[in-house]
Amino acid sequence: MARGGFAQWGNDLYTGRRSYPIIQKRRVWFSIVGLFSVASILVLVFQGLNLGIDFRGGSEFTVSGTSNTDQDLAIDTVAEVVPGHEPHVTQVGPNGVRVQVSQLNNDQTTELQNALGEAYGVEPSEVTANFIGPTWGQSVSMRALWGTVVFVIAAAVFMAIYFRAWRMSVAAIVAMLLDVLVSAGVYALIGWEVTPSTIIGFLTILGFSLYDKMVVFDKVRENSVALTEQTRSTYAERANLAVNQTLVRSINTSVVALLPVAGILFVGGFLLGAGTLKDISLSLFVGIAVGATSSIFLATPLDVALREGEPKIAAHTKKVMDLRAGLVAEGADESMLAAAASGSAQLVPGHHQGHTAQPKRRR
Amino acid sequence: MLLTILTILLPFGALLAGWQFDGKSNDNPDGASLAPGLALDLQGGTQVVLEAVTSDGSEITPEAMEEAIGVIRQRVDANGVTEAEIASQGDDQIVVEIPGKVDPATVALISQAAQMKFRPVLTIGSPVATVQPSASPSASGDGADAAAGDDAAADDAAAAEPTKEEIAEQEKAIKAATDPSDLAQITPSVQAAFDALDCTDPKNLQGGGGDNPNLLLVTCDQTGAAKYVLGPVEVDGTDLTSATSGLQPGGNGAVSNVWGVNLDFNGEGTTKFRETTTRLTPLEPPRNQFAIVLDGLVVSAPSSNAAITNGQASISGSFTRDTAATLANQLSFGSLPLTFEVQGQNTISATLGSEQLQRGLFAGLIGLALVVVYSLFQYRTLGLLTVLSLVVAGAMTYVVIALLSWGMGYRLSLPGIAGLIVAIGFTADSFIVYFERIRDELRDGRTLRLAVQRGWLRARRTIYAAKAVNLLSAVILYFMTVGGVRGFAFTLGLTTIIDVMVVIWFTHPVMELLAKVPFFRDGHKASGLSADRLDVAPRYRGAGQFSGPQSAVADAPVADAPDRERELVSAQSVSKAPRVAEDGRRMTIAERRAAERKAAAEAAQNEEKH
Repeated sequence: MARGGFAQWGNDLYTGRRSYPIIQKRRVWFSIVGLFSVASILVLVFQGLNLGIDFRGGSEFTVSGTSNTDQDLAIDTVAEVVPGHEPHVTQVGPNGVRVQVSQLNNDQTTELQNALGEAYGVEPSEVTANFIGPTWGQSVSMRALWGTVVFVIAAAVFMAIYFRAWRMSVAAIVAMLLDVLVSAGVYALIGWEVTPSTIIGFLTILGFSLYDKMVVFDKVRENSVALTEQTRSTYAERANLAVNQTLVRSINTSVVALLPVAGILFVGGFLLGAGTLKDISLSLFVGIAVGATSSIFLATPLDVALREGEPKIAAHTKKVMDLRAGLVAEGADESMLAAAASGSAQLVPGHHQGHTAQPKRRR
Repeated sequence: MLLTILTILLPFGALLAGWQFDGKSNDNPDGASLAPGLALDLQGGTQVVLEAVTSDGSEITPEAMEEAIGVIRQRVDANGVTEAEIASQGDDQIVVEIPGKVDPATVALISQAAQMKFRPVLTIGSPVATVQPSASPSASGDGADAAAGDDAAADDAAAAEPTKEEIAEQEKAIKAATDPSDLAQITPSVQAAFDALDCTDPKNLQGGGGDNPNLLLVTCDQTGAAKYVLGPVEVDGTDLTSATSGLQPGGNGAVSNVWGVNLDFNGEGTTKFRETTTRLTPLEPPRNQFAIVLDGLVVSAPSSNAAITNGQASISGSFTRDTAATLANQLSFGSLPLTFEVQGQNTISATLGSEQLQRGLFAGLIGLALVVVYSLFQYRTLGLLTVLSLVVAGAMTYVVIALLSWGMGYRLSLPGIAGLIVAIGFTADSFIVYFERIRDELRDGRTLRLAVQRGWLRARRTIYAAKAVNLLSAVILYFMTVGGVRGFAFTLGLTTIIDVMVVIWFTHPVMELLAKVPFFRDGHKASGLSADRLDVAPRYRGAGQFSGPQSAVADAPVADAPDRERELVSAQSVSKAPRVAEDGRRMTIAERRAAERKAAAEAAQNEEKH
């Protein structure tokens, strides 16, 4: 990253003057991803997700507009009004307290509502009471799960048709699922509550992850469009060039996508306390970062690993390698070999612009 | 071009027109407003989730759900609650959202089971009260439910509970009666209730289950067009197996063009219905009518023309195709032994709601500002186009949401706002993909005008493909999920569409225009497209002339100039050979190759030495 800074670095990546051997080092990335996945599974199994009230069912009270946010006050009040219930107290924003207990009947609810209002010195109308049946969150997330399954299948079919290569679509889907797994692992590790909002966050991760992989894969597709018509570089080299060429875009996109989410995370997590915004933004923040990284380090290497098994591409790779070995044997100069290996996308023989080279009439 | 501008401006115009001519006010809660409608979690209110449960495990059809929603809406509306949102969620859930605070009685009312009963008609009267309710306070005691929905509209005099004596009196009268159509069953208290009942008062049209099947029922027509005194229940709604609408067969077996509703009873229902129709047919009107009572209100009161022995009745009359279908739906719904269970009740105080809205918008602004700063840093002046496109996309999204909340009753919820904030990233990505492609083309040595043209073709394909996946996820999630997930999917899909529209109809045309502005065309330092930053190869302009940064260098060769040249060499390989010979002349290709080879060999030797 010498003189031109980031822009110069981008130029070098585009031309292939600077190239990171991302595809070539795929074993490293695969082991790292494997490590993370196993760790996530372990965390999910042993620590588990901290399911919110929407999944457990129960009654929830929110005191708003109080100057006193002492949590012991709520615990004492609950113990007094409905003994035997274990309250779960969290602070919501600068002047709110949320109390969650197992399900209460109507009289107990009203009683506790009044008692909490009294304890915190606010009108009972400022204490809202919610009750959630245990099946509510489950039914919502079950439907979300089914929606996801259908969406993943539909997206896989769409990508297989668009790229005309089912291996590419498999690579994208597998990478996406691993993204979600790792994000869920991080979420479980931090131990924040899983609410329906979290589910929404994870669905967005799916969408973003797949979106990002589409963009990177489209570049791979573009670079390998006339692959078999040339013998200069292999599919892996073309894919590596594509990844390097989209690196700048990937970085810019992830930063731009992460900035607003960081905004929500900051506002939701630090200013607002528990709530929809916080739940969504944490899962999103982790998910977008993981998704963008995996498009480069997991999805594309995985695609190459899979597609090198494709007979046509395997044959082509062998042909290119043989030719190159032949060149070396003939004592060809190294710059030619280096040029061959860097395989710029522009070196497509027989490509002619035809009428597109002519000046266009202004519309 | 004109069409484009029209498409972008159309929603704005529509919203303004709607605001002008169908403005939102207290009388017109569904009217258009310049501000989008807010969901419960942002404006505060109560949400009740009901789950429909059939006691015999039979399937709940979508039509039955529609009817159930209709029944609940009737109850809520008649209770004086305005702007309640009632929607089905999934196959068997109904979400009732009521702004503001709701007392437990209302919840109890809306979660009551809706039942259908067949009762004989004893008397029909005009809907208005013939005596003032206050004149006969005890008149309400009728043994059955005076006016439907007795327990909810507790303030209504007509809704007072009947006293025990009156019930006893009723029961005695019914026992003494020869059959359920006997007019002797109408005790003075029932008559008084009937006189007092005013069916023009919406309170009396809210329905409500729980009428005692063994007693008389004084109630209104569903539309408030008439009031009835009805005998004890003769046939239960659950004895009806099916109700369909269709054209009635004529006398000679041919199909007439009269619409009607066909009823089909089960074994028990057939027996009971035969008894009823046999008894009713010879009676004088209105006693030859039987009333179909759904949720405490009379849906239809056809007269019996013949004894139905086979359990297959048909109702005909002045039906149109639609009214027949409506009645058939209502009857099918009533035949389900449906009850509602409260699955969840959620109250959000108005202060918490507005606080969340403010914080959410604040978060959005912070995010937007950060994106603006970053894109200006990355793309310099060109970043302004990103910002402008985001502003256009934002304005369109706002207007479309406001339009949808007018036209479709869409309500913006907190997950929806989160979806919008996240969409900033997705939307900006289209511009990033586009700009990067333009830069790629510039790096290949094309003029800006050509680079924009070709870059657009390549970027467009990527954008379409990637956005298609996004839209796919949004559509599938919208149709398959419920609740907050649905609102989120909706905003995601909406912003995806708007994003594509903005890129095609705004960003790209503006970029084409910018390509003609000298500032960008010549690659000014601050334009984000400067040759400097992009390492543009020198471009041959014809007649031995080159454009680009190299044109000056060509005259006066400098040692470090070749450093900037574009070479096909990977990071780990050879240093570059100069393109300009020692005498300042541009080398031929062969000369250059030779020099390169020489340099490579030297480099290799050097490496071996180290």
